[in-house]
Amino acid sequence: MTTTQTRSWYKRNEIAITPWLFLLPGLFFFAMYVIIPIFQSFWISLYEWNGLGKLSEEGEWVGLGNYERLLGGDRKFETSFWNNLKWLVLYLLAIPMGLGISLFLNQQVRGIRLYKSLFFFPFVISQVVVGLVFSWFYLPREGLLNAILSWFGSDGVNILGDPATATYGIIAAGLWPQTAYCMILYLTGLNSVDPEQVEAARLDGAKGHRMLWHVILPQLKPATFIAFVVTIIGALRSFDLISVMTNGGPFGSTRVLSFYMFEESLSEYGFQMGYGAAIAVILFLIMLVFIGYFLWSMYQDEKGAR
Amino acid sequence: MFPTPIEKTSRSWQITYQTLIPIVLIIWLLPLIAVAVFSMKPLADFSNGNYWGLPSTFEGFANYGKVFFESDMPRYLLNSVFITVPTVIGAVALSAMTGFALGVYKFKGNLLIFFMFIAGNFVPFQILMVPVRDLTLDLGLYDTKTGLVLFHIAFQTGFCTLFMRNFIRALPFPLIEAARVEGVAEWRIFLFVVLPLMKPALAALSVLIFTFIWNDYFWAIVLTQGPDSQPVTAGITSFNSQFVAQYHLMSAGSIVAALPPVAMFFLMQKHFIAGLTLGAVK
Repeated sequence: MTTTQTRSWYKRNEIAITPWLFLLPGLFFFAMYVIIPIFQSFWISLYEWNGLGKLSEEGEWVGLGNYERLLGGDRKFETSFWNNLKWLVLYLLAIPMGLGISLFLNQQVRGIRLYKSLFFFPFVISQVVVGLVFSWFYLPREGLLNAILSWFGSDGVNILGDPATATYGIIAAGLWPQTAYCMILYLTGLNSVDPEQVEAARLDGAKGHRMLWHVILPQLKPATFIAFVVTIIGALRSFDLISVMTNGGPFGSTRVLSFYMFEESLSEYGFQMGYGAAIAVILFLIMLVFIGYFLWSMYQDEKGAR
Repeated sequence: MFPTPIEKTSRSWQITYQTLIPIVLIIWLLPLIAVAVFSMKPLADFSNGNYWGLPSTFEGFANYGKVFFESDMPRYLLNSVFITVPTVIGAVALSAMTGFALGVYKFKGNLLIFFMFIAGNFVPFQILMVPVRDLTLDLGLYDTKTGLVLFHIAFQTGFCTLFMRNFIRALPFPLIEAARVEGVAEWRIFLFVVLPLMKPALAALSVLIFTFIWNDYFWAIVLTQGPDSQPVTAGITSFNSQFVAQYHLMSAGSIVAALPPVAMFFLMQKHFIAGLTLGAVK
Protein backbone atom coordinates (compact mmCIF):
# COMPACT_ATOMS: atom_id res chain seq x y z
CA MET A 1 0.00 0.00 0.00
CA THR A 2 2.71 2.47 1.03
CA THR A 3 4.77 1.64 -2.02
CA THR A 4 1.93 2.47 -4.36
CA GLN A 5 1.36 5.67 -2.40
CA THR A 6 4.99 6.76 -2.58
CA ARG A 7 5.18 5.80 -6.22
CA SER A 8 2.11 7.80 -7.06
CA TRP A 9 3.37 10.77 -5.08
CA TYR A 10 6.65 10.55 -6.97
CA LYS A 11 4.77 10.09 -10.25
CA ARG A 12 2.69 13.17 -9.64
CA ASN A 13 5.74 15.31 -8.84
CA GLU A 14 8.16 13.58 -11.18
CA ILE A 15 8.97 16.65 -13.29
CA ALA A 16 9.59 18.78 -10.21
CA ILE A 17 11.74 16.27 -8.34
CA THR A 18 13.83 14.73 -11.09
CA PRO A 19 16.09 17.73 -11.71
CA TRP A 20 17.01 17.90 -8.04
CA LEU A 21 17.82 14.19 -7.92
CA PHE A 22 20.08 14.63 -10.92
CA LEU A 23 21.71 17.72 -9.44
CA LEU A 24 22.31 16.24 -6.01
CA PRO A 25 25.63 14.39 -6.46
CA GLY A 26 27.21 17.14 -8.53
CA LEU A 27 26.04 19.90 -6.23
CA PHE A 28 27.23 18.00 -3.17
CA PHE A 29 30.76 17.60 -4.51
CA PHE A 30 30.92 21.12 -5.85
CA ALA A 31 29.68 22.64 -2.60
CA MET A 32 32.05 20.60 -0.49
CA TYR A 33 35.22 21.26 -2.49
CA VAL A 34 34.57 24.66 -4.09
CA ILE A 35 31.76 26.78 -2.68
CA ILE A 36 32.22 26.17 1.05
CA PRO A 37 36.05 26.46 0.93
CA ILE A 38 35.71 29.96 -0.54
CA PHE A 39 33.87 31.10 2.58
CA GLN A 40 36.20 29.15 4.84
CA SER A 41 39.17 30.99 3.34
CA PHE A 42 37.53 34.32 4.17
CA TRP A 43 37.12 33.09 7.75
CA ILE A 44 40.67 31.70 8.07
CA SER A 45 42.07 35.02 6.81
CA LEU A 46 40.88 36.61 10.05
CA TYR A 47 43.14 34.35 12.13
CA GLU A 48 46.79 33.81 12.72
CA TRP A 49 47.14 30.08 12.28
CA ASN A 50 49.97 27.72 11.40
CA GLY A 51 47.70 25.05 9.99
CA LEU A 52 48.30 22.58 12.79
CA GLY A 53 45.40 21.52 14.97
CA LYS A 54 41.91 22.96 14.78
CA LEU A 55 41.51 26.58 13.73
CA SER A 56 39.18 27.26 16.65
CA GLU A 57 41.69 25.94 19.22
CA GLU A 58 45.12 26.73 17.81
CA GLY A 59 44.31 29.78 15.72
CA GLU A 60 44.53 33.27 17.15
CA TRP A 61 41.81 35.72 16.17
CA VAL A 62 43.37 38.84 14.66
CA GLY A 63 40.40 40.33 12.83
CA LEU A 64 41.58 42.40 9.91
CA GLY A 65 45.16 42.27 11.18
CA ASN A 66 46.40 40.18 8.26
CA TYR A 67 44.99 42.68 5.78
CA GLU A 68 46.53 45.61 7.62
CA ARG A 69 49.87 43.88 7.46
CA LEU A 70 49.43 43.10 3.75
CA LEU A 71 48.32 46.54 2.62
CA GLY A 72 50.45 48.42 5.12
CA GLY A 73 53.77 48.07 3.35
CA ASP A 74 54.49 44.39 2.75
CA ARG A 75 57.12 44.74 0.00
CA LYS A 76 56.64 41.18 -1.22
CA PHE A 77 52.95 41.81 -1.61
CA GLU A 78 53.56 44.98 -3.60
CA THR A 79 55.97 43.23 -5.97
CA SER A 80 53.49 40.40 -6.44
CA PHE A 81 50.63 42.78 -7.12
CA TRP A 82 52.54 44.76 -9.77
CA ASN A 83 53.72 41.57 -11.38
CA ASN A 84 50.12 40.40 -11.54
CA LEU A 85 49.26 43.60 -13.41
CA LYS A 86 52.12 43.01 -15.84
CA TRP A 87 50.82 39.50 -16.42
CA LEU A 88 47.28 40.75 -17.01
CA VAL A 89 48.27 43.38 -19.56
CA LEU A 90 50.97 41.48 -21.43
CA TYR A 91 49.08 38.19 -21.46
CA LEU A 92 46.36 39.87 -23.49
CA LEU A 93 48.87 40.06 -26.35
CA ALA A 94 47.98 36.41 -26.90
CA ILE A 95 44.69 37.55 -28.45
CA PRO A 96 46.06 39.66 -31.35
CA MET A 97 48.94 37.22 -31.82
CA GLY A 98 46.53 34.30 -31.99
CA LEU A 99 44.37 36.22 -34.45
CA GLY A 100 47.45 36.93 -36.58
CA ILE A 101 48.49 33.29 -36.77
CA SER A 102 44.95 32.14 -37.47
CA LEU A 103 44.69 34.59 -40.39
CA PHE A 104 48.02 33.33 -41.66
CA LEU A 105 46.86 29.71 -41.49
CA ASN A 106 43.27 30.12 -42.70
CA GLN A 107 43.99 28.72 -46.16
CA GLN A 108 43.35 25.50 -47.96
CA VAL A 109 46.69 24.26 -49.14
CA ARG A 110 48.09 20.74 -48.93
CA GLY A 111 48.90 19.66 -45.39
CA ILE A 112 47.36 22.71 -43.77
CA ARG A 113 45.51 20.56 -41.24
CA LEU A 114 48.78 19.16 -39.97
CA TYR A 115 50.28 22.65 -39.81
CA LYS A 116 47.34 23.89 -37.75
CA SER A 117 47.72 20.99 -35.29
CA LEU A 118 51.44 21.57 -34.96
CA PHE A 119 50.91 25.27 -34.30
CA PHE A 120 48.39 24.35 -31.62
CA PHE A 121 50.75 21.82 -30.07
CA PRO A 122 52.22 24.03 -27.28
CA PHE A 123 48.81 24.30 -25.63
CA VAL A 124 48.57 20.54 -25.08
CA ILE A 125 51.88 20.33 -23.22
CA SER A 126 51.78 20.82 -19.46
CA GLN A 127 52.90 24.20 -18.19
CA VAL A 128 55.57 22.48 -16.13
CA VAL A 129 57.20 21.18 -19.29
CA VAL A 130 56.71 24.51 -21.07
CA GLY A 131 58.50 26.13 -18.13
CA LEU A 132 61.38 23.68 -18.28
CA VAL A 133 61.65 24.00 -22.05
CA PHE A 134 61.85 27.77 -21.85
CA SER A 135 64.24 27.87 -18.91
CA TRP A 136 66.64 25.72 -20.94
CA PHE A 137 66.02 27.89 -23.98
CA TYR A 138 67.08 30.94 -21.91
CA LEU A 139 70.16 29.32 -20.31
CA PRO A 140 73.08 31.76 -20.50
CA ARG A 141 75.66 29.24 -21.72
CA GLU A 142 73.82 26.23 -23.13
CA GLY A 143 70.60 27.92 -24.23
CA LEU A 144 69.55 28.23 -27.85
CA LEU A 145 68.44 31.84 -27.44
CA ASN A 146 71.96 33.03 -26.70
CA ALA A 147 73.38 30.83 -29.45
CA ILE A 148 71.10 32.67 -31.88
CA LEU A 149 71.82 36.07 -30.37
CA SER A 150 75.56 35.50 -30.69
CA TRP A 151 75.17 35.25 -34.50
CA PHE A 152 74.00 38.83 -34.34
CA GLY A 153 76.96 39.83 -32.22
CA SER A 154 75.20 40.02 -28.86
CA ASP A 155 77.23 39.04 -25.77
CA GLY A 156 74.39 36.99 -24.42
CA VAL A 157 71.74 37.71 -21.85
CA ASN A 158 70.68 35.94 -18.69
CA ILE A 159 66.96 36.57 -18.87
CA LEU A 160 65.86 34.57 -15.83
CA GLY A 161 68.86 35.62 -13.75
CA ASP A 162 68.20 39.34 -14.04
CA PRO A 163 65.41 40.78 -11.85
CA ALA A 164 64.69 43.38 -14.54
CA THR A 165 63.86 40.82 -17.23
CA ALA A 166 62.88 37.62 -15.39
CA THR A 167 59.14 38.29 -15.21
CA TYR A 168 59.00 39.20 -18.90
CA GLY A 169 60.85 36.00 -19.73
CA ILE A 170 58.24 33.96 -17.87
CA ILE A 171 55.34 35.85 -19.45
CA ALA A 172 56.83 35.17 -22.90
CA ALA A 173 56.87 31.47 -22.04
CA GLY A 174 53.23 31.71 -20.94
CA LEU A 175 52.25 33.51 -24.12
CA TRP A 176 53.40 30.57 -26.16
CA PRO A 177 50.60 28.12 -25.24
CA GLN A 178 48.08 30.91 -24.70
CA THR A 179 48.59 32.24 -28.24
CA ALA A 180 48.03 28.73 -29.54
CA TYR A 181 44.73 28.60 -27.64
CA CYS A 182 43.54 31.94 -29.02
CA MET A 183 44.61 30.84 -32.49
CA ILE A 184 42.41 27.76 -32.39
CA LEU A 185 39.45 29.83 -31.16
CA TYR A 186 39.87 32.26 -34.05
CA LEU A 187 40.38 29.50 -36.61
CA THR A 188 37.04 28.05 -35.60
CA GLY A 189 35.49 31.50 -35.70
CA LEU A 190 36.91 32.26 -39.15
CA ASN A 191 35.47 28.99 -40.38
CA SER A 192 31.98 30.21 -39.70
CA VAL A 193 32.33 33.72 -41.08
CA ASP A 194 29.49 34.31 -43.53
CA PRO A 195 31.05 34.02 -47.03
CA GLU A 196 28.25 36.03 -48.63
CA GLN A 197 28.97 39.04 -46.46
CA VAL A 198 32.64 38.80 -47.31
CA GLU A 199 31.87 38.65 -51.04
CA ALA A 200 29.45 41.55 -50.78
CA ALA A 201 32.04 43.64 -48.95
CA ARG A 202 34.62 42.69 -51.55
CA LEU A 203 32.33 43.92 -54.33
CA ASP A 204 32.06 47.19 -52.41
CA GLY A 205 35.82 47.45 -52.60
CA ALA A 206 36.65 46.56 -49.01
CA LYS A 207 39.88 44.67 -48.47
CA GLY A 208 42.85 44.23 -46.16
CA HIS A 209 42.62 45.72 -42.71
CA ARG A 210 39.40 47.62 -43.46
CA MET A 211 37.70 44.34 -44.32
CA LEU A 212 39.18 42.76 -41.19
CA TRP A 213 38.07 45.56 -38.91
CA HIS A 214 34.56 46.25 -40.26
CA VAL A 215 33.41 42.89 -41.60
CA ILE A 216 35.41 40.05 -40.07
CA LEU A 217 36.06 41.12 -36.48
CA PRO A 218 32.40 41.86 -35.68
CA GLN A 219 31.59 38.30 -36.72
CA LEU A 220 34.42 36.97 -34.55
CA LYS A 221 33.00 38.58 -31.42
CA PRO A 222 32.05 35.32 -29.65
CA ALA A 223 35.56 33.96 -30.25
CA THR A 224 37.10 37.19 -28.94
CA PHE A 225 34.97 37.04 -25.82
CA ILE A 226 36.08 33.50 -24.99
CA ALA A 227 39.70 34.33 -25.80
CA PHE A 228 39.42 37.28 -23.41
CA VAL A 229 37.90 35.16 -20.64
CA VAL A 230 40.44 32.35 -20.82
CA THR A 231 43.38 34.75 -21.13
CA ILE A 232 42.40 36.82 -18.09
CA ILE A 233 41.81 33.71 -16.02
CA GLY A 234 45.08 32.23 -17.23
CA ALA A 235 47.01 35.39 -16.37
CA LEU A 236 45.70 35.50 -12.82
CA ARG A 237 46.22 31.76 -12.35
CA SER A 238 49.88 31.83 -13.41
CA PHE A 239 51.73 29.68 -10.93
CA ASP A 240 53.29 26.62 -12.56
CA LEU A 241 55.62 28.57 -14.82
CA ILE A 242 56.91 30.77 -12.01
CA SER A 243 57.34 27.83 -9.68
CA VAL A 244 59.29 25.84 -12.28
CA MET A 245 61.30 28.60 -13.96
CA THR A 246 62.47 30.85 -11.13
CA ASN A 247 60.70 29.73 -7.95
CA GLY A 248 59.86 33.38 -7.34
CA GLY A 249 63.44 34.62 -7.75
CA PRO A 250 65.81 36.23 -8.47
CA PHE A 251 65.46 38.19 -5.22
CA GLY A 252 61.72 37.57 -5.23
CA SER A 253 61.28 39.65 -8.37
CA THR A 254 58.98 37.22 -10.18
CA ARG A 255 56.46 36.54 -7.43
CA VAL A 256 52.79 36.96 -8.23
CA LEU A 257 49.92 36.80 -5.74
CA SER A 258 49.15 33.14 -6.40
CA PHE A 259 52.78 32.19 -5.87
CA TYR A 260 53.26 34.43 -2.83
CA MET A 261 50.18 32.91 -1.24
CA PHE A 262 51.58 29.40 -1.71
CA GLU A 263 54.93 30.47 -0.36
CA GLU A 264 53.46 31.97 2.80
CA SER A 265 51.22 29.04 3.61
CA LEU A 266 53.00 25.91 2.43
CA SER A 267 56.70 26.34 1.80
CA GLU A 268 59.89 26.37 3.78
CA TYR A 269 59.16 29.98 4.76
CA GLY A 270 56.60 28.70 7.21
CA PHE A 271 52.99 27.73 7.51
CA GLN A 272 51.24 31.07 7.79
CA MET A 273 47.81 29.85 6.73
CA GLY A 274 45.94 32.92 7.94
CA TYR A 275 48.21 35.34 6.15
CA GLY A 276 48.15 33.15 3.05
CA ALA A 277 44.36 33.05 3.11
CA ALA A 278 44.30 36.86 3.24
CA ILE A 279 46.44 37.01 0.08
CA ALA A 280 44.12 34.48 -1.56
CA VAL A 281 41.10 36.60 -0.64
CA ILE A 282 42.63 39.65 -2.31
CA LEU A 283 43.43 37.65 -5.43
CA PHE A 284 39.87 36.32 -5.36
CA LEU A 285 38.44 39.84 -5.12
CA ILE A 286 40.49 40.94 -8.14
CA MET A 287 39.23 37.91 -10.04
CA LEU A 288 35.68 38.62 -8.88
CA VAL A 289 35.61 41.86 -10.88
CA PHE A 290 36.24 39.85 -14.04
CA ILE A 291 33.98 36.95 -13.03
CA GLY A 292 31.19 39.46 -12.46
CA TYR A 293 31.71 40.91 -15.93
CA PHE A 294 31.80 37.46 -17.58
CA LEU A 295 28.65 36.31 -15.82
CA TRP A 296 26.88 39.55 -16.70
CA SER A 297 27.73 39.08 -20.39
CA MET A 298 26.57 35.48 -20.32
CA TYR A 299 23.38 36.52 -18.56
CA GLN A 300 22.65 39.01 -21.35
CA ASP A 301 23.04 36.15 -23.85
CA GLU A 302 20.76 33.89 -21.83
CA LYS A 303 18.05 36.55 -21.73
CA GLY A 304 18.40 36.97 -25.49
CA ALA A 305 17.98 33.22 -25.99
CA ARG A 306 14.64 33.05 -24.23
CA MET B 1 36.77 33.18 -47.02
CA PHE B 2 39.03 35.68 -45.37
CA PRO B 3 41.85 36.31 -46.03
CA THR B 4 41.66 35.90 -49.82
CA PRO B 5 42.12 32.22 -50.71
CA ILE B 6 45.64 31.53 -51.81
CA GLU B 7 44.43 29.91 -55.08
CA LYS B 8 43.11 33.28 -56.22
CA THR B 9 46.35 35.19 -55.70
CA SER B 10 49.46 35.58 -57.84
CA ARG B 11 51.69 32.60 -58.50
CA SER B 12 54.65 34.21 -56.77
CA TRP B 13 52.73 34.84 -53.53
CA GLN B 14 51.48 31.27 -53.64
CA ILE B 15 55.05 29.98 -53.74
CA THR B 16 56.17 32.42 -51.05
CA TYR B 17 53.31 31.29 -48.81
CA GLN B 18 54.08 27.61 -49.30
CA THR B 19 57.70 28.12 -48.28
CA LEU B 20 56.84 30.53 -45.48
CA ILE B 21 54.59 28.13 -43.55
CA PRO B 22 57.25 25.53 -42.64
CA ILE B 23 59.73 28.28 -41.74
CA VAL B 24 57.30 30.01 -39.40
CA LEU B 25 56.38 26.65 -37.90
CA ILE B 26 60.00 25.82 -37.14
CA ILE B 27 60.51 29.21 -35.46
CA TRP B 28 57.30 28.68 -33.50
CA LEU B 29 58.37 25.27 -32.21
CA LEU B 30 62.06 26.16 -31.80
CA PRO B 31 62.25 25.79 -27.98
CA LEU B 32 60.66 22.37 -28.28
CA ILE B 33 62.88 21.26 -31.14
CA ALA B 34 65.86 22.30 -29.03
CA VAL B 35 64.72 20.01 -26.22
CA ALA B 36 64.11 17.14 -28.62
CA VAL B 37 67.67 17.52 -29.94
CA PHE B 38 69.04 17.70 -26.39
CA SER B 39 67.30 14.46 -25.50
CA MET B 40 69.23 12.55 -28.17
CA LYS B 41 72.71 13.79 -27.30
CA PRO B 42 75.36 12.00 -25.26
CA LEU B 43 76.63 13.55 -22.03
CA ALA B 44 80.01 14.17 -23.68
CA ASP B 45 78.51 16.80 -25.98
CA PHE B 46 77.58 18.93 -23.01
CA SER B 47 80.97 18.72 -21.35
CA ASN B 48 82.68 19.54 -24.65
CA GLY B 49 80.48 22.58 -25.19
CA ASN B 50 78.86 21.07 -28.29
CA TYR B 51 75.41 22.34 -27.33
CA TRP B 52 73.99 23.20 -30.72
CA GLY B 53 75.96 21.14 -33.17
CA LEU B 54 74.67 17.77 -34.32
CA PRO B 55 74.88 15.04 -31.67
CA SER B 56 78.34 13.45 -31.88
CA THR B 57 76.68 10.07 -31.34
CA PHE B 58 73.00 9.23 -31.32
CA GLU B 59 72.08 8.36 -27.74
CA GLY B 60 68.32 8.60 -27.97
CA PHE B 61 67.69 5.00 -26.96
CA ALA B 62 70.15 5.10 -24.08
CA ASN B 63 68.71 8.38 -22.72
CA TYR B 64 65.09 7.31 -22.91
CA GLY B 65 66.02 3.88 -21.60
CA LYS B 66 67.51 5.54 -18.51
CA VAL B 67 64.29 7.49 -18.00
CA PHE B 68 62.23 4.31 -18.06
CA PHE B 69 64.51 1.90 -16.24
CA GLU B 70 66.68 3.92 -13.88
CA SER B 71 64.32 6.45 -12.39
CA ASP B 72 60.94 6.71 -10.69
CA MET B 73 59.44 8.03 -13.92
CA PRO B 74 57.33 4.91 -14.70
CA ARG B 75 55.75 5.11 -11.23
CA TYR B 76 54.90 8.77 -11.69
CA LEU B 77 53.43 8.03 -15.11
CA LEU B 78 51.30 5.26 -13.66
CA ASN B 79 50.14 7.56 -10.85
CA SER B 80 49.12 10.10 -13.47
CA VAL B 81 47.03 7.47 -15.23
CA PHE B 82 45.36 6.40 -11.99
CA ILE B 83 44.57 10.02 -11.15
CA THR B 84 43.47 11.12 -14.60
CA VAL B 85 41.23 8.27 -15.71
CA PRO B 86 38.95 8.11 -12.61
CA THR B 87 38.67 11.91 -12.68
CA VAL B 88 37.54 11.87 -16.29
CA ILE B 89 34.92 9.20 -15.58
CA GLY B 90 33.69 10.90 -12.41
CA ALA B 91 33.50 14.43 -13.75
CA VAL B 92 31.83 13.41 -17.00
CA ALA B 93 29.26 11.25 -15.19
CA LEU B 94 28.36 13.91 -12.62
CA SER B 95 28.13 16.67 -15.18
CA ALA B 96 26.05 14.64 -17.61
CA MET B 97 23.48 14.53 -14.81
CA THR B 98 23.76 18.16 -13.72
CA GLY B 99 23.79 19.27 -17.34
CA PHE B 100 20.65 17.26 -17.99
CA ALA B 101 18.89 18.75 -14.97
CA LEU B 102 19.82 22.32 -15.89
CA GLY B 103 19.32 21.94 -19.62
CA VAL B 104 15.95 20.21 -19.73
CA TYR B 105 13.94 21.36 -16.72
CA LYS B 106 12.52 24.75 -15.90
CA PHE B 107 12.54 25.36 -12.17
CA LYS B 108 13.24 28.12 -9.74
CA GLY B 109 16.94 28.62 -9.16
CA ASN B 110 17.95 26.87 -12.38
CA LEU B 111 19.92 29.81 -13.74
CA LEU B 112 21.31 30.60 -10.29
CA ILE B 113 22.76 27.11 -9.87
CA PHE B 114 24.09 27.18 -13.43
CA PHE B 115 25.87 30.48 -12.82
CA MET B 116 27.24 29.18 -9.54
CA PHE B 117 28.89 26.32 -11.41
CA ILE B 118 30.37 28.74 -13.95
CA ALA B 119 31.60 31.18 -11.32
CA GLY B 120 33.16 28.42 -9.21
CA ASN B 121 35.06 27.27 -12.25
CA PHE B 122 36.77 30.67 -12.58
CA VAL B 123 37.98 31.18 -9.01
CA PRO B 124 41.72 31.22 -8.28
CA PHE B 125 42.95 27.90 -6.87
CA GLN B 126 44.56 29.65 -3.93
CA ILE B 127 41.25 30.60 -2.34
CA LEU B 128 40.44 26.87 -2.12
CA MET B 129 43.88 25.70 -1.15
CA VAL B 130 43.94 25.85 2.66
CA PRO B 131 40.39 24.50 3.27
CA VAL B 132 40.69 21.76 0.64
CA ARG B 133 44.01 20.66 2.09
CA ASP B 134 42.43 20.54 5.56
CA LEU B 135 39.43 18.64 4.30
CA THR B 136 41.70 16.11 2.59
CA LEU B 137 43.76 15.75 5.77
CA ASP B 138 40.59 15.27 7.85
CA LEU B 139 39.35 12.58 5.48
CA GLY B 140 42.68 10.81 5.87
CA LEU B 141 43.29 11.18 2.15
CA TYR B 142 46.33 13.47 2.19
CA ASP B 143 49.09 12.11 -0.05
CA THR B 144 46.77 9.63 -1.74
CA LYS B 145 45.59 9.47 -5.32
CA THR B 146 41.99 9.25 -4.10
CA GLY B 147 42.25 12.61 -2.33
CA LEU B 148 43.47 14.24 -5.50
CA VAL B 149 40.84 12.52 -7.65
CA LEU B 150 37.96 13.61 -5.41
CA PHE B 151 39.00 17.24 -5.57
CA HIS B 152 39.57 17.16 -9.33
CA ILE B 153 36.15 15.59 -9.94
CA ALA B 154 34.47 18.27 -7.87
CA PHE B 155 36.29 21.17 -9.48
CA GLN B 156 35.97 19.94 -13.06
CA THR B 157 32.24 19.43 -12.57
CA GLY B 158 31.91 23.23 -12.86
CA PHE B 159 33.38 23.47 -16.34
CA CYS B 160 31.77 20.22 -17.48
CA THR B 161 28.33 21.35 -16.35
CA LEU B 162 28.65 24.53 -18.40
CA PHE B 163 29.59 22.44 -21.39
CA MET B 164 26.96 19.71 -20.97
CA ARG B 165 24.10 22.07 -20.21
CA ASN B 166 24.76 24.17 -23.31
CA PHE B 167 25.07 21.04 -25.40
CA ILE B 168 21.78 19.62 -24.13
CA ARG B 169 20.11 22.98 -24.69
CA ALA B 170 20.93 22.68 -28.39
CA LEU B 171 19.33 19.22 -28.71
CA PRO B 172 15.86 19.04 -30.29
CA PHE B 173 13.48 19.40 -27.36
CA PRO B 174 10.46 17.82 -29.14
CA LEU B 175 12.25 14.50 -28.82
CA ILE B 176 12.01 14.69 -25.04
CA GLU B 177 8.41 15.86 -25.18
CA ALA B 178 7.49 12.98 -27.46
CA ALA B 179 9.01 10.53 -24.98
CA ARG B 180 7.04 12.14 -22.15
CA VAL B 181 3.79 11.82 -24.07
CA GLU B 182 4.60 8.13 -24.47
CA GLY B 183 4.78 7.96 -20.68
CA VAL B 184 8.50 7.22 -20.47
CA ALA B 185 9.90 7.85 -16.98
CA GLU B 186 12.21 10.85 -16.67
CA TRP B 187 15.31 8.86 -15.71
CA ARG B 188 14.72 6.62 -18.72
CA ILE B 189 14.53 9.70 -20.93
CA PHE B 190 17.97 10.64 -19.62
CA LEU B 191 19.38 7.18 -20.15
CA PHE B 192 17.83 6.23 -23.47
CA VAL B 193 16.96 9.48 -25.23
CA VAL B 194 19.40 12.16 -24.14
CA LEU B 195 22.55 10.20 -23.29
CA PRO B 196 22.93 8.58 -26.74
CA LEU B 197 22.65 12.02 -28.33
CA MET B 198 25.38 13.34 -26.04
CA LYS B 199 28.13 11.09 -27.35
CA PRO B 200 30.04 13.93 -29.08
CA ALA B 201 29.93 16.01 -25.89
CA LEU B 202 31.05 13.07 -23.76
CA ALA B 203 33.98 12.41 -26.10
CA ALA B 204 35.01 16.06 -26.28
CA LEU B 205 34.88 16.51 -22.52
CA SER B 206 36.79 13.30 -21.86
CA VAL B 207 39.78 14.36 -23.94
CA LEU B 208 39.74 17.89 -22.55
CA ILE B 209 39.55 16.80 -18.92
CA PHE B 210 42.22 14.18 -19.55
CA THR B 211 44.59 16.89 -20.74
CA PHE B 212 43.70 19.37 -17.97
CA ILE B 213 44.18 16.83 -15.19
CA TRP B 214 47.27 15.23 -16.65
CA ASN B 215 48.88 18.67 -16.82
CA ASP B 216 47.82 19.79 -13.34
CA TYR B 217 50.74 20.75 -11.14
CA PHE B 218 49.41 23.00 -8.40
CA TRP B 219 47.07 20.50 -6.72
CA ALA B 220 49.59 17.73 -7.14
CA ILE B 221 52.09 19.58 -4.96
CA VAL B 222 49.42 20.76 -2.49
CA LEU B 223 47.74 17.40 -1.88
CA THR B 224 50.49 14.83 -2.47
CA GLN B 225 54.19 14.27 -1.91
CA GLY B 226 56.56 11.53 -2.95
CA PRO B 227 56.49 8.83 -5.64
CA ASP B 228 53.65 6.84 -4.05
CA SER B 229 50.98 9.20 -5.24
CA GLN B 230 52.47 12.16 -7.10
CA PRO B 231 51.65 12.48 -10.80
CA VAL B 232 54.30 13.00 -13.42
CA THR B 233 54.10 16.81 -13.51
CA ALA B 234 55.24 16.92 -9.90
CA GLY B 235 57.50 13.92 -10.32
CA ILE B 236 59.50 15.62 -13.05
CA THR B 237 60.93 18.07 -10.52
CA SER B 238 62.32 15.29 -8.35
CA PHE B 239 63.49 13.55 -11.50
CA ASN B 240 65.39 16.71 -12.39
CA SER B 241 67.01 16.89 -8.97
CA GLN B 242 68.13 13.27 -9.42
CA PHE B 243 69.87 14.21 -12.69
CA VAL B 244 70.95 17.78 -12.00
CA ALA B 245 72.49 19.51 -15.01
CA GLN B 246 72.32 16.35 -17.14
CA TYR B 247 70.34 18.10 -19.79
CA HIS B 248 70.11 15.11 -22.07
CA LEU B 249 68.25 13.11 -19.41
CA MET B 250 66.13 15.98 -18.13
CA SER B 251 65.04 16.70 -21.71
CA ALA B 252 64.14 13.08 -22.31
CA GLY B 253 62.18 13.02 -19.04
CA SER B 254 60.21 16.12 -19.95
CA ILE B 255 59.31 14.75 -23.33
CA VAL B 256 58.06 11.52 -21.77
CA ALA B 257 55.98 13.48 -19.24
CA ALA B 258 54.45 15.65 -21.97
CA LEU B 259 53.71 12.88 -24.43
CA PRO B 260 50.41 11.28 -23.27
CA PRO B 261 48.23 14.40 -23.69
CA VAL B 262 49.96 15.09 -27.00
CA ALA B 263 49.13 11.59 -28.20
CA MET B 264 45.56 12.05 -26.94
CA PHE B 265 45.29 15.31 -28.84
CA PHE B 266 46.50 13.88 -32.14
CA LEU B 267 44.27 10.81 -31.85
CA MET B 268 41.13 12.70 -30.85
CA GLN B 269 41.81 16.01 -32.54
CA LYS B 270 38.30 16.61 -33.81
CA HIS B 271 36.71 16.12 -30.39
CA PHE B 272 39.41 18.06 -28.62
CA ILE B 273 38.96 21.15 -30.76
CA ALA B 274 35.17 20.86 -30.70
CA GLY B 275 35.35 20.93 -26.92
CA LEU B 276 37.81 23.76 -26.66
CA THR B 277 36.03 26.06 -29.08
CA LEU B 278 32.52 25.52 -27.77
CA GLY B 279 30.88 28.92 -27.76
CA ALA B 280 33.43 30.45 -30.13
CA VAL B 281 30.75 30.26 -32.82
CA LYS B 282 27.15 31.30 -32.45
